[in-house]
Amino acid sequence: MDTFLQALMLVLDVKVLGVMLASALFGLFVGSIPGLTATMAAALLIPFTFFMEPVPAIAAIVTTVAMAIFAGDIPGALLRIPGTPASAAYCDEAYAMTRKGQAETALGISLVCSAIGGILGAAVLTLTAPVLAEFAIKFSSFEYFWLACLGLSCAVVVSSGSTLKGFVSLLIGLFIATIGIDVTAGHPRFTFGSVEMMGGISFIPAMIGMFAISEVMRYVAAPGSQQAAPQQPIRNVFKGIGSILSRYKLNVARGGVIGAVVGILPGAGADIAAWIAFAMSKRFSREPEKFGTGHVEGLVDSGTANNAGVAGAWIPALVFGIPGDSITAIVIGVLYMKGMNPGPTVFMNQPELINAVFIVFFLANVALIPLGFMAIRLSRRILHVPRKVLIPIILMFCVVGAFAINNTVFGISVMLVMGVLAYIMESNGFPVAPTILGIVLGTMLESNFMSSMIKADGEFSGFFSRPIAATLGVLVIVIWLIPLVKLLVGLVRKPQASQS
Amino acid sequence: MQLNDAVTGLVIVIFALAEIAYSTTFPSLHGQAYGPSLFPILIGCGLLACGLALIARGLRERRSAGAENAPWLQWGDWAQDPATRINMMLVPGVLIAYILLSDFVGFIPLAIILLSLLLYRLGSSLGASLLYAVVVTIVLQLLFSRVLLVPLPEGIASTLFR
Repeated sequence: MDTFLQALMLVLDVKVLGVMLASALFGLFVGSIPGLTATMAAALLIPFTFFMEPVPAIAAIVTTVAMAIFAGDIPGALLRIPGTPASAAYCDEAYAMTRKGQAETALGISLVCSAIGGILGAAVLTLTAPVLAEFAIKFSSFEYFWLACLGLSCAVVVSSGSTLKGFVSLLIGLFIATIGIDVTAGHPRFTFGSVEMMGGISFIPAMIGMFAISEVMRYVAAPGSQQAAPQQPIRNVFKGIGSILSRYKLNVARGGVIGAVVGILPGAGADIAAWIAFAMSKRFSREPEKFGTGHVEGLVDSGTANNAGVAGAWIPALVFGIPGDSITAIVIGVLYMKGMNPGPTVFMNQPELINAVFIVFFLANVALIPLGFMAIRLSRRILHVPRKVLIPIILMFCVVGAFAINNTVFGISVMLVMGVLAYIMESNGFPVAPTILGIVLGTMLESNFMSSMIKADGEFSGFFSRPIAATLGVLVIVIWLIPLVKLLVGLVRKPQASQS
Repeated sequence: MQLNDAVTGLVIVIFALAEIAYSTTFPSLHGQAYGPSLFPILIGCGLLACGLALIARGLRERRSAGAENAPWLQWGDWAQDPATRINMMLVPGVLIAYILLSDFVGFIPLAIILLSLLLYRLGSSLGASLLYAVVVTIVLQLLFSRVLLVPLPEGIASTLFR
């Protein structure tokens, strides 16, 4: 209780609350502009969080992302353009409702379900993270090695698109992580004599490049025309929401659980949670024929799931230092910069900090209702902001932000290279999320492997000598075998199919 | 920019071979079987395998779909239109210009020039471009230099006003 009060004191500070309000407005704005994603919002925030204390820094990111994920629903419902990828799953459905003249209900359900989903996700985070941390405190380098493997494998398996391309993307990330002075021998790798490269590829400029510069390039390549929002009165979005929620209360619970679980999986975030929840909703609905005609049921499921996924992703990030999605990858980068290595020891040594994260999550999602309502009312104006003006400003902001991390133009070079890389990768169907995970987990993987090897005197059996390590190891090997088994089954089946 | 999988695969294979070759030059640790070269070599091998698989997939795709004449490399829609083509080059161009010139020219003048250029190219009028550029530059300068205490390069501008 004592730590809870301490945490409450940390959060209920004028400065922290001010930061949260500002980030909320920023998140709502970025989220509701098509083409600007929640991850980009987080990446643009980093230069500021760099200069903050840990609590306001985390509060800023949590609030921004919660708001942005909801705000992505606004252009989805009004223009049929998802504001963030997390709204893509149900944007057709929401737009169909708008065409039936139900824009009010669609937006109201999105808003209320987003808030409920966020709170459900935060509850799962609050209940499970400390328990897991108590368990994880016993982990040694063997377990962390397998956990890193598990996280990376998961990122490849669940990433969108082909597994092969996901694997390439992961290996690129791991390669980037090897650049710089190596962890065991202190030998500079791939630095080609550059002193700046010795410190490794700085993570933050790389993130800004991959999420903001690539987005800028995508806009410049295909500017498209800016549509105007339909002229439909949007006054009381909360009308009739209560009866819809009580009818679909099971959907809300299901969406929350799916969101939190998918969020925990490394590499899968809010967007994949929304797709799965929407598919589940349709599959188990009593009236699946109504889907696609502007039916509110799918919106309830997936609107809840994407916000729950945001919180779920924080569980592995806080407990093991393994990001659950790209946003928590950024968070881990920010925490490392502050000298705070996420992991079970933070739960033991600074429990007030962890509690503060939980409180911020609840607070942000409660604040979502009034602020989101305001954003809906202002949506027509926000959608009117010319993107041709916004994009150059974002680019210049990225330049200054990447510079500010180390005060050298080297950061801008890293940002440029990673931005172009991410743009080329995405336009050729390579998912970007595994690269990010590779960069974050590469060093962890290698240093844990090396120290395990030294402990075990070069014996591979050491990785299976402890019960938890052995279990995790077997699990990882099973996951690695899945694609192989699938391939073999496919080879066996093919000739049979052609015979029959 | 759409590349055939075989082309991407070939690039990856070449990169992987070079990376493995370079990694073998890393020194090994005394009395230790695994040194700094282990992970880069493993990553290189993984990339090599994936690259070969991509080449196979790309070639199969070309053969199967009756797409023998499909291009190896397809530029996106942006390459069709000369204006977009220039804009597309402008994004990295602006960043490279900033990297090379910021120390000498200084943040304020350079940011105004680059921003107004980009704004103008993306469709704002000349006057609006200049206005936005000046306002944004001043806001960024105040925010980062005064509030966050980031030493943005002063360049020649500082000597002019001294």
